[in-house]
Amino acid sequence: MDPGSHGRESECKRIFALLSEYLDAELPADSCDEIEAHLKDCPPCLEFLESLRKTVELCRGFRPGELPGPLNEAVRRELWERYQRALRARSSAGGAGT
Amino acid sequence: MTIGEAQQQEIELARRLVAGEPGAFERFVELFRNKVFQYSLLMCGHHEDAEEVAQDALFKVFEKLDQLREPERIRPWVFRIARNACLMKRRKSVFAPAQELSLDELMPQAGEDGGQRKLDIADWSNLPEEQALRAELQRVVRQAIEELPENYKTVLILRDIEGLSTAETAEALEVSEEVVKTRLHRARLAVRQKLDWYLRSRRGRQTAERAN
Repeated sequence: MDPGSHGRESECKRIFALLSEYLDAELPADSCDEIEAHLKDCPPCLEFLESLRKTVELCRGFRPGELPGPLNEAVRRELWERYQRALRARSSAGGAGT
Repeated sequence: MTIGEAQQQEIELARRLVAGEPGAFERFVELFRNKVFQYSLLMCGHHEDAEEVAQDALFKVFEKLDQLREPERIRPWVFRIARNACLMKRRKSVFAPAQELSLDELMPQAGEDGGQRKLDIADWSNLPEEQALRAELQRVVRQAIEELPENYKTVLILRDIEGLSTAETAEALEVSEEVVKTRLHRARLAVRQKLDWYLRSRRGRQTAERAN
């Protein structure tokens, strides 16, 4: 975790770059095993991982909280008309595109 | 509701929408207008701009709805449109050059404490529980997210707030999954760093209050 004062500097640095993927369970099993083995012997990396885990929890729980104002009636009508045009286009083309 | 359940409900709603089922239009407009508004609010930072972006994005969504062949891709599809609407809005106002976040600068230093290696970070074991302090923490999270460079902010919002998968986020932003993973990690590290500074300054204030 700390370049210069730790013998496993490069390993800590490599682990540090993978921590989000580890938290998101997006790493292959062998990489997870490797990280877990490192964390067992490296309290600073484990402490850092916990702070990152709590950061992710706070971000996931965060809601901007503000709501948009009510939808203008003219805008709603225009959206509805575009929706109806799209439905007609889909049915005549058999749903082509993306 | 879990992220997976919300995703399934949104996909089901998209299927009903393209099938022209009654009630789907109203529900879709209500749900996705709010989602796009929340995304745009964090991206643009202004309530009025976010309202305008949400409206422009919805116009585009319904204009192009006949091109949506796979309803299961509704989330990345809508957010790609929302992102482009945000970019158009920004081009009309301020041009901000792309910024990069360096991994080295987000990595904390360690020191010695009583012969043990210790990280130079706050104590994260007891985050504030009181409602007022939780609200303050939310304010710090908001500010940290708003201050992220745009390329990082958009990834963090889509992945951690909107709950899109890595693949969906990559599709929405038209970048590779590797880019999404790299930017997400750095964005989270940057938010963590700001929270860490806040927690340390709070601890410093508490210590000073106790000393007085």
